[in-house]
Amino acid sequence: MISNFCYDVYTVFWRDWVVFKKIFFKFLCSRMITPFLYIFAFGIGLGRNVSVDGGSYLSFLIPGMIALNSMNISFNTIAAPLNMARIYHHTLETYLISPISGAAFVFGKVLSGTVRGLISSVIIVLIAELLGVHLYLGGWFIPVLVLNCFVFAALAVVAAMTIDSHEEMSSFSTYVLVPMSFLCGTFFKADSFPEIIKWSLSILPLTPASSALRAAANKMPVEWHWPVIMAIYFLIFFSYACHLLKMKKEE
Amino acid sequence: MIKIENLTKRFGERIAVAGIDLEIKRGEIFGLLGPNGAGKTTTVRILTLLSKKKSGSVKICGYDIEKDSERIKELIGVVPQHMSLDQDLTGRENLVLQARLHHLKNKAAMEQRINEILEFVELTDRADDKSRRYSGGMKRRLMIGMALLHKPKMLFLDEPTVGLDPQVRRKMWDLIRKMNEAGMTVLLTTHYIEEADQLCRRVAIMNRGRIIAVDTPQKLKEKVGRVVVEHMEADGMINNFFDNREQAASYVAGLNSNATVREANLEDVFIELTGRRVND
Repeated sequence: MISNFCYDVYTVFWRDWVVFKKIFFKFLCSRMITPFLYIFAFGIGLGRNVSVDGGSYLSFLIPGMIALNSMNISFNTIAAPLNMARIYHHTLETYLISPISGAAFVFGKVLSGTVRGLISSVIIVLIAELLGVHLYLGGWFIPVLVLNCFVFAALAVVAAMTIDSHEEMSSFSTYVLVPMSFLCGTFFKADSFPEIIKWSLSILPLTPASSALRAAANKMPVEWHWPVIMAIYFLIFFSYACHLLKMKKEE
Repeated sequence: MIKIENLTKRFGERIAVAGIDLEIKRGEIFGLLGPNGAGKTTTVRILTLLSKKKSGSVKICGYDIEKDSERIKELIGVVPQHMSLDQDLTGRENLVLQARLHHLKNKAAMEQRINEILEFVELTDRADDKSRRYSGGMKRRLMIGMALLHKPKMLFLDEPTVGLDPQVRRKMWDLIRKMNEAGMTVLLTTHYIEEADQLCRRVAIMNRGRIIAVDTPQKLKEKVGRVVVEHMEADGMINNFFDNREQAASYVAGLNSNATVREANLEDVFIELTGRRVND
């Protein structure tokens, strides 16, 4: 049973990996433009003379960019293609009529999104090195980064299974991902917001990711509740995605 | 092979399948013929575990579709109505994906089986091209190949030749006959009269969610009359049915208008049973 489950997860991942290899350079070019622009515009252009917690703004910004970018990549590389597969191409049915479990399918997609999120994060780390920002990648850094990718890849499956058109998918990004991108501790700390807003932002999934990556990258302690909040989000999104897949079979 | 009892399916208030009973025997090509909206695809989607029934019982090879769904997935192959190929993959990669999904884990055995399938569906030369570049007929052949990969006992073809030109359609019929001769039981849905007539050992005529007749094409036609005389009256085209050409000729001799004498077909059966054409 477990070996079949792992095999099935890898099958789902394999398909996405085969496609990813074919578009690797296109992926690199198109998906990395936004973080590059943010780093150069805010980190160097605007933040050259800004200091945060005694360090450069660029050092503050880069871990936030890694959190933001891995969120966007993990989500977008799964959500839109899976949504199209369900609604337009009907290729999701190939998986529904095969003997693989819903959980294997969802986890395979989560792994696909995570790998792409991690690859894009490596590029930002390399850019950071070139700009003289040295991140510590040990300790909690990689586990938190992986968990961040897991959370948003699982959310991507939920979105793909619930949103009924391509147009609405981009609205989802606008209403859910874009606000988190700016407000969840990526570009600036949320300390100056009123308490109720600060508290609300602190429980959104990207906030603990930004905070934990920033702390880990600077060899500071990672608060225990940050990865716990992220893990809870992952479990909720993953379970709901499996449930949606089961409901799809019962339409 | 398949036993269906009192199968019902609703979408909200609309009854899509209204208590149908059907039995499909091992080794036959069985056709489900009816117009768009008759409930054919809904029935097939229930049988292929893509949709849940409201009530009734369905057994495939003795297995219940609700209790034994995982076992049934190993026994059936499905070619859905939509072109559902993964168009980012080549033909071969689509087959590898299908093999992996059905747990054909041994690499050498998988490769051998894929090569056999490619030869069977005549796509060996184009196996490594992206499937988005295939013609409609090639895509459909690849989908049939994918459905056959894991050696199912039963094949479901939902409108297998829709959108294909006549020449390609006939090639598809040859492929279906070849599979059946190799022992495959086939259930196909179609709204093409000729397809049901040419391919199927037995046909169920379906209309508005109900099965209105089941028999061999020949016996269904005999129920209305083997020979048809078509002639124009003031009200429009009239069809009269006769058991043989002599009776038809004698009727024609008494007409004042031009008439066409032809063999009865399944559309005539459908019209007589329902009062409407299959393509209405």
